[in-house]
Amino acid sequence: MSFYIPLGVFALIVVVFLLGFGLGNRTELPSALIDKPFPAFAAPDLFQPDQILGRAQIVGRPALVNVWATWCPTCAAEHEMLIKITERADVRLIGINYKDDPTKAIAWLGQFGNPYDLVLVDDQGLLGVELGVYGAPETFLVDPNGSIVYKRVGEVNERIWQQEIKPRLIAMSPDVVHGLDAASR
Amino acid sequence: MAEFGHFSLTLAGVMAFVTAILGYVRSDDEHWAAHIGSLVLGTFVFASISFVALVWSFLQDDFSVAYVANHSNSLLPWYYKISATWGGHEGSFVLWILFLCAWTLLVVLRRHNYPVQIYTRVIATLALLNVGFICFCLFTSDPFERLIPMTPADGADLNPLLQDFGLIVHPPMLYAGYVGLAVPFAFAIAALLENRVDALWARWVRPWTNGCWACLTVGITLGSWWAYYELGWGGWWFWDPSENASFMPWLAATALLHSVAVTEKRGAFKSWTLLLAISGFSLSLLGGFIIRSGVLTSVHAFAVDPERGLYILIFLGIVVGSSLLLYAQRAGAYSSQVSYRFLSREFFMLINNAVLMLSLAVVMWGTLSPMGYEALTDGKISLGPPFFNRFFVPLMLVLGVAITLVPVLNWKRTRGDRVLSFLKREGVIALVVSALIAFVVRPDVITVVIGILVAVWIMVTHVLDLFGRLRKNSRQPLSYVGMTIAHFGFACSILGVAITSSQSVEKDVRMVPQEEAMLAGMSVHFNGVTQVRGPNYVAQQGLFVVRDGDSTFELRPEKRRYLAGGAIMTEAGINPGLLADTYIALGEPLEDGAWAVRMHHKPMVRWVWLGALLMAFGGILAIFDVRYRRLRARANSTSSDAPLSGRLVRE
Repeated sequence: MSFYIPLGVFALIVVVFLLGFGLGNRTELPSALIDKPFPAFAAPDLFQPDQILGRAQIVGRPALVNVWATWCPTCAAEHEMLIKITERADVRLIGINYKDDPTKAIAWLGQFGNPYDLVLVDDQGLLGVELGVYGAPETFLVDPNGSIVYKRVGEVNERIWQQEIKPRLIAMSPDVVHGLDAASR
Repeated sequence: MAEFGHFSLTLAGVMAFVTAILGYVRSDDEHWAAHIGSLVLGTFVFASISFVALVWSFLQDDFSVAYVANHSNSLLPWYYKISATWGGHEGSFVLWILFLCAWTLLVVLRRHNYPVQIYTRVIATLALLNVGFICFCLFTSDPFERLIPMTPADGADLNPLLQDFGLIVHPPMLYAGYVGLAVPFAFAIAALLENRVDALWARWVRPWTNGCWACLTVGITLGSWWAYYELGWGGWWFWDPSENASFMPWLAATALLHSVAVTEKRGAFKSWTLLLAISGFSLSLLGGFIIRSGVLTSVHAFAVDPERGLYILIFLGIVVGSSLLLYAQRAGAYSSQVSYRFLSREFFMLINNAVLMLSLAVVMWGTLSPMGYEALTDGKISLGPPFFNRFFVPLMLVLGVAITLVPVLNWKRTRGDRVLSFLKREGVIALVVSALIAFVVRPDVITVVIGILVAVWIMVTHVLDLFGRLRKNSRQPLSYVGMTIAHFGFACSILGVAITSSQSVEKDVRMVPQEEAMLAGMSVHFNGVTQVRGPNYVAQQGLFVVRDGDSTFELRPEKRRYLAGGAIMTEAGINPGLLADTYIALGEPLEDGAWAVRMHHKPMVRWVWLGALLMAFGGILAIFDVRYRRLRARANSTSSDAPLSGRLVRE
């Protein structure tokens, strides 16, 4: 019987691929963290490594927490959209530099621009474990009370911003999104 | 000419089909077996004609052929016109088919080594695969399609990234390896059909496994080398899905290489060897699917134009599904009871296979799970190098430690006191040498120290063993010499990876002409940038004079703009060295004539590839071992489970 295992594994791979390609409307996978408070943490600031930041930095105002790394090609593609978001909305953008080399991360932000209000260093991926991070990029929307309202696995693009993040931000506090962009809703 | 090529390819497909039918139906008929050889030769000739026709269309700048128009340009130098033949999807499949024909022909040339039933079934399986590939080529990706009447005046040019020596030789080697894995696969299928898996069968498979494994090794090495100097990032391995696509079959083939040795020498691991032979080729098909279907750029690009990907997926499903089903039904008969102790070659081969399978699982998970994730939701994520490195570094170190003991281990069991004295003598030498190295390079990460120690230890044990044996008898079996060289190569690679990953210096600086910068104790003088013209590009060429103590050398990195597509390419200036590379790439031009300059000092990076080439050389050497030439006399002997005698390494 055990000789059928390879066949089973193979069948599983094929089924996942076929199913995936066949799906018209792709669904977001639910996260266990939705409506849970953002976990407590202690992580150094990328630009001032001796300064340890904690959960207090995130609560108080709506925040987007973005997990990124220089080794992640999708993060580079997403970067432009993050810059646009900081121009369009008055939301705090907090970066978590995930399993990365801080020197490279600083050079990277110097090259592509730095849209983040704060960048936390998570070089060991420990904060990533707390947040259930699977890979990079991932983005969490956190309300002023510090609860995770929405989680995006993969890049934030125009569609995700318009359909998922913006409405939730406006629900939190309508004046967060700037006039120009709010008019286009 | 293009029509001629198309016709030849069709003809080759028909001949392959006839071969497959004959091979399966008249499998034990000596008379027909002889005709099968002529049919294979015919298939090869027509596939070659078709390939030459395509090359010819490129050399003649026949832009009425769509594939040529998309991948070539009249300004392209002739050697790139030839290599452009396999620069795109359609042409690479013609090359792929040609290689499959060539491997099949090689099996035909060695036909007297195998009993007729095995021979015909191997050929039939290979021919059937060939039919599948040729149909794929003709129906979904015809390279000979014409653009009539709208023939463009000039071609769109070959992707400038591919206009390079590395890309002339890298794809053919890689394809030869990919396709070569079909031969052990076909032997496994034939063995399952014939219910014959024994030591002799293993001996038939071994040279083929070595051959395709060596091609794959060289192919991957060339790809890594190319990425290093052409992409301008100074890295040599990116855990990119296209790299992983070639690495997965390599891991399976490496495991097969070792497992089939146990099957030959001890009659053990039979069903496991069969499974590895099947999965090796299955993984190269999977790699083909990943690279050729468009799932790489985006899973959804595949959904937009699913024709090719779907064909490969269906082909993959049929080939792999049916062979695994056959395996599931038949392999149960081969569970063998062979006893061995912990300190034995068998057990260490088991470690080798377990480590390689775990590595394969890691690479597979890291490659396929983001794709599966993207397919099910629509988020595109990467697990990235940290994921792979976290698992891979310890796995390879475990493998390395296991290899250190190879020279002292016997089949079945080894006396503990022998291993102990071996550990003491060689271990002390290795400790002293690696302590010296560590003292010079001063690594600050513990895994690097361990890596250096393991690498030096392997080198010491293998070199001492080789010289010890050569002193006793200067005629050692080539399979033993090959194995020693390959293991030594593996150690070189580990040493290179350990040192280059921890000791490299990377600097991004802004430089104006006549400015000097320091890099790892060398002074780098920037003389300025001049405009130069190539055959199909114009370039800004920087001139850097590097002074290292008494010696000086010049580096001329370029920023090229290709005329046909306007693409900008970075051409790094590299001063290669056995101990260290100096690598300078031009970044962006800044204001006031200044340039962003990226400089690397990469110690021992060459050892990574040098080691891999040694591995491949070792594999090739072992093919020429005398015992594979003595197969003929045994070809028609009855099945036997007894381990073969002959010139074994140690008995």
